[in-house]
Amino acid sequence: MDPSVGWAAPADDPRNPWFSWEYLRQNKEFLTTALQQHVSLTVTSVLVAAAIAIPLAVLADRVSRLSGPILASSGVLYTIPSLALFALLGPLLGLKPRTVEIGLVLYALLAIVRNSLVGLRQVPADVRDAARGMGYGSLAMLWRIELPLALPGIITGLRIATVSTVALVTVGQIVGFGGFGNVIITGFNFNYYKPQIMAGTIGCLGLALTFDLIIIGIGKLLMPWARRRRAA
Amino acid sequence: MTGVFEQAFIWLNDPLNWTNPDGILARTREHLLISAAAVAIGCLVAWPIGTWLGHTGRGGGVIVAVANLTRAMPTVALLTIFPLTFIGFGYPAIILALAIFAVPPLLANAYLGVREVDPEVRDAALGMGLGDRQLLTRVELPLAVPYLASGLRTAAVQVVATATLAAFVNGGGLGMIITRGFGLGLASGGGQVIAGGLVVIVLCLAVEGLLAIAERLVTPVPLRRRRPGAGSAADSALPAPIAGS
Repeated sequence: MDPSVGWAAPADDPRNPWFSWEYLRQNKEFLTTALQQHVSLTVTSVLVAAAIAIPLAVLADRVSRLSGPILASSGVLYTIPSLALFALLGPLLGLKPRTVEIGLVLYALLAIVRNSLVGLRQVPADVRDAARGMGYGSLAMLWRIELPLALPGIITGLRIATVSTVALVTVGQIVGFGGFGNVIITGFNFNYYKPQIMAGTIGCLGLALTFDLIIIGIGKLLMPWARRRRAA
Repeated sequence: MTGVFEQAFIWLNDPLNWTNPDGILARTREHLLISAAAVAIGCLVAWPIGTWLGHTGRGGGVIVAVANLTRAMPTVALLTIFPLTFIGFGYPAIILALAIFAVPPLLANAYLGVREVDPEVRDAALGMGLGDRQLLTRVELPLAVPYLASGLRTAAVQVVATATLAAFVNGGGLGMIITRGFGLGLASGGGQVIAGGLVVIVLCLAVEGLLAIAERLVTPVPLRRRRPGAGSAADSALPAPIAGS
């Protein structure tokens, strides 16, 4: 065990409270930069992951032979700890935001693929039959029938992926780009400065909640029929 | 490019890096002990609550809420906050932080396992005169074993992966090899960083593989076919927990 661990907890110190408005005021710029970095890393990663994962889910739905390998390979990635992944990517790609984003995309894939596939599989066979009978081609059916009906699953996948990505961004601190993770870790390393650790934690949780609500809102906008059905 | 991998190979080839007091072997042992303690605490908390909720059929919402909250909570935050509370520095703070992330899969599977017991089986047991407690311990729990095993495996794999992050607070485990390498700077520590990453990945895959075998062994033969997660993973109503967060 390291000599640094095993100390007694620092006694409650009035200069080191769990929360301080004063700290937030004085470090507005530092926290805003962290927020921007956190948002940018999250949004980029989830969008790229969605752009890869939704087509993969469609492919897995159409070619059922591929669904096993697609789910399994994105599942294996899940077993690999984020820190280990960054340990492999960091020395190869350098200490850049891109390194963090690549790792985050890999982790976001599974949630989106899996839930989109659930959504696509829930499209009733009758509906597909009827669409085919009405003369829908393969692409038109995908765009106008299957994807809209699979939207609840896709939205669920995006929500899970986004919320976990927000939490995972913090690990990017190891390559220097961790958004609020930088705030938390530097707070810890700087004399266990509690107001800073708490500010970073609350920032993460708040951001996760905000993104979640935004995606729920987008889902409601995209699926007006779901609202109408509930009202009826 | 190849330079870093060569360095990693050289680092792994040095016997001292394996046998030092903070070498791979000692760190692996530490890593596994921390993880085992965290999973054990998780089981002690989650299994009684999960089976009870499943038995009474209430609290499905609670389980989803717990899963959502832990998904949003960064591991790094709990790892830094816990040592500064009454828990104090050292292994207990790290073990408790990891145990929290073990709870959702254990809870969800314990709940589902009891909930998914065929209602006819439950009726038959009641008809045979079993009491409420006997129904739980002699019918529902044995039938829930495949789910409990599956949840244990998910939680254990996840905790072993997450325990790597303890290194952020100098808390031990194999992650220390990675963070120390980063601390040296990538020019001289890059090889160590990659070596540490590879060791961690091998450990996680090994734990996953061994637990998959163990899960199969503890699942009674007649129940094996409807083992949760086998092929039906995509249909699970409860979202998969996030490993390695």
